[in-house]
Amino acid sequence: MFSGFMVNTWLAGTVIAILAGVVGFFVVARGASFAAHALPVGAFPGAAAALLLGTSTLGGLVIFTALGVAGITWLGRRARRDIATALALVALLGLGELFLSMTSEYAPEVESLLFGQILGVTSSEVAYLVFLATLCMVAVGVAFRPLLLTSVDEGLGQALGIAPRRGDLIFLAVLGLATAMAVPIVGTLLVFTLMVGPAGAAQLLSPRPTVALVLSTAIAITTVWSAIALSYRSGWPVGFFVGGIAALVYVTARLVTAERSRSPRDTPISQRGQDRHESP
Amino acid sequence: MSLNGCDPQVTLGRTAVLEVTDLTVVLGGRVVLDNVTFDLARGSVAGLIGPNGAGKTTLLKAILGFVTAQSGSLKRSAADGRAVAKVGYVPQKIDLDPDMPLRARDLVGLGLDGSRLGFPLPSRKRRTRIDEALEAVGAAQFADKRVGRLSGGEQQRVLIAHAVIRQPDLLLLDEPLANLDLRSEREVVDLVASLARDSGIASLVSTHDVNPLVGAMDKVVYLAAGKSASGRVDEVVTTEVLSALYGHQVDVLRVHGRVVVSAAPGPPPPHVDPVAKHLAEQVPR
Amino acid sequence: MSALIHALFARGLFSTATVPTAAIVGALAAVSASAAGVFTVMRGQSFAGHALGDMSAAGGSAAFLVGVSPLAGFIGIGAVTAGAISAFASRGRRARDVSTGIVLGAGLGLAGLLLYLDTTRSSTTGAAVSVMFGSMFAVASSTLPAVAAATGFVLVCVAALYRPLLLSSASGELAAVQGVRVKLAEAGFLGVLVVAVALSALTVGAVLATALLIGPAATAVRVARRPGLAIVVAAAIGIGSTWVAIVLAYDSYYWSSSHAAWPVSFFVVGVIFVTYVAVEILSSVRSRRAKYRRARSVRSTR
Repeated sequence: MFSGFMVNTWLAGTVIAILAGVVGFFVVARGASFAAHALPVGAFPGAAAALLLGTSTLGGLVIFTALGVAGITWLGRRARRDIATALALVALLGLGELFLSMTSEYAPEVESLLFGQILGVTSSEVAYLVFLATLCMVAVGVAFRPLLLTSVDEGLGQALGIAPRRGDLIFLAVLGLATAMAVPIVGTLLVFTLMVGPAGAAQLLSPRPTVALVLSTAIAITTVWSAIALSYRSGWPVGFFVGGIAALVYVTARLVTAERSRSPRDTPISQRGQDRHESP
Repeated sequence: MSLNGCDPQVTLGRTAVLEVTDLTVVLGGRVVLDNVTFDLARGSVAGLIGPNGAGKTTLLKAILGFVTAQSGSLKRSAADGRAVAKVGYVPQKIDLDPDMPLRARDLVGLGLDGSRLGFPLPSRKRRTRIDEALEAVGAAQFADKRVGRLSGGEQQRVLIAHAVIRQPDLLLLDEPLANLDLRSEREVVDLVASLARDSGIASLVSTHDVNPLVGAMDKVVYLAAGKSASGRVDEVVTTEVLSALYGHQVDVLRVHGRVVVSAAPGPPPPHVDPVAKHLAEQVPR
Repeated sequence: MSALIHALFARGLFSTATVPTAAIVGALAAVSASAAGVFTVMRGQSFAGHALGDMSAAGGSAAFLVGVSPLAGFIGIGAVTAGAISAFASRGRRARDVSTGIVLGAGLGLAGLLLYLDTTRSSTTGAAVSVMFGSMFAVASSTLPAVAAATGFVLVCVAALYRPLLLSSASGELAAVQGVRVKLAEAGFLGVLVVAVALSALTVGAVLATALLIGPAATAVRVARRPGLAIVVAAAIGIGSTWVAIVLAYDSYYWSSSHAAWPVSFFVVGVIFVTYVAVEILSSVRSRRAKYRRARSVRSTR
């Protein structure tokens, strides 16, 4: 499992896990899970178009990711975030269907784009992955405080002089870059699981940002390593294990934190509406 | 008037709509309400005053029946001897999308029959009742505006209309003045007073600042750390009474007719990291 | 006008049974989607709606394997997904957001596994893709009664839940005070959503089902101030989009020399998207003009 070609797989997986853990922290903090799903999925038609034209699939992915970011931002100016994301996503997917209908040799390529082909990663791919990941991490490092503050509250960001929409755009751009990079390796559909699951669990376990960030990355790495090992052993797709493990970790985190403190909080009058009791 | 005792002012001849006696509520190991006692007469306006965290919201929840008390009693009586007292509730604000396809009059209409299945058949009677409720709160001119696009003061009126359209005996308002500018504050207070006067709707207005209500209140219920004191403003909001309530020195000053409650310096409040607080809020309960 | 009709009929639009069937399926799906979609948009549950759509892909593949009708597969998997999302969901939109993502991720992982098993065991590679990107033309006319029944179910439930759902969508607090069983209303709505998404998935494919659910509703909500009117407008847009798409898809056969018709689902999404953008632009132009007029009148009264 650790022989020659698998080294690349382990490397690629680790790099992507670190990236997903870090970017995912902000995805969950900003409630942007839908965008994290929409951008990689919406990028997939770009790869299909590239297949059609015979050009680099990576280029197609990047262009369509950019279109996705632009779409969500422009539509999001007037509509609510989730509606903008949904509309941008289906618009891109509609195009994707059109391109797919025009090309005949698609099934295996489409599958690998959707679900990942991590077991066949080459050294050069790992190199470019490391390069782009570093770029991404630098961007996150530079934009860390504005990203964090605008995730909590736009007002806080504005106090720092960051226009709320600029903060959003920065975040979406970072998210787009991260997902575009990870898609060829982990596949469109599973990139976002890595970004949502570990970070979701981490933020349940600790309210402190730096701790949650580190935890998120650690959980993501563990998830990917386990998934790769299991996939190697069973021959089943990596994505299946990533999705399953991430869900298990999250559920565990939920159960663990539910048992913790149950302190009274200042909640609105009735949160469920079914606990009407007659007082004695 | 006594600190925790019964309020003799429940008045001869006026029926009590709400009688709270020695109500104690414990939540999560903490005593949130401690032998709270007060009465509310029909058609009167009472201010529920107290700092944040004093238990005001819990008391309102208890009156609505959403929280069970450990001990004590809470009696809601309908006027005219009806079996069940109708209670209306006005939240501080509701967060609505500006594009939400719901007009002010639609929301008020839901106050009439929002719990019934099916959709409302257009009827002149229903429309008239909605129009009347909107008139009564002064919301007629923005009746057809989307609820998500109403200003703070406008929304407050619509929420009040929603709560009073069924002519409740008791109206609970949860910090209605908190988000309003001074003029809207004045208007809401006047509205509540006139509803009490003209329609006999007893109102309990929770707020952390007694001043806007001073002219309109018939009595005040002061809550501090779960303990209550009720009576007239000049009886309750005094240095002696509040100091006893809080358990440490509190000075009450009257400046140009305004009442200023000033607590002596105590330990500084714990520093709250807004980011940590935000993330902690995402932990599901 | 007569030239248009002549052109339509000359192309043989109504010569086969597929077109009327497609038109009926599309219209029924659009009506269900409008009723469920307006509430989805109001409640900010677009992600959940989309997750249900994506999961339909897995359900459709499973149905294919088992030999059950795709509609049944969509509804079945939708019910399971909705159940899982509800089980995870708690107070707070953020937690719901993450839960939906987790369920979707795990579900898609499972779909990936099924796909892998399916392609290694049998040699049908196109099955899953055809479920993901479905087409109105591919719906058998024998499915029509089921589609009609499902649409009826959606409409009856939305009508029944109308008031409690509307109130709890505006404010859970206010609904609770009125005695509405908020959780029950939400569960009921989720059931309706599952069926509406299943119908949309049947019409435009699992992957694009969200377009039919959200697009017309998002447009209608911009335009209509009343909930009932919003549903009617959304239905009109949805029906119009599906029918125009059918015509365009038929026409596209003649657009290129290779005689390859473009997928009808693409046209459905395209028309819906263009309609939304057009209304968006028009309404922002209108509001800007209104603002300008107001500013001008204020200035002139000074």
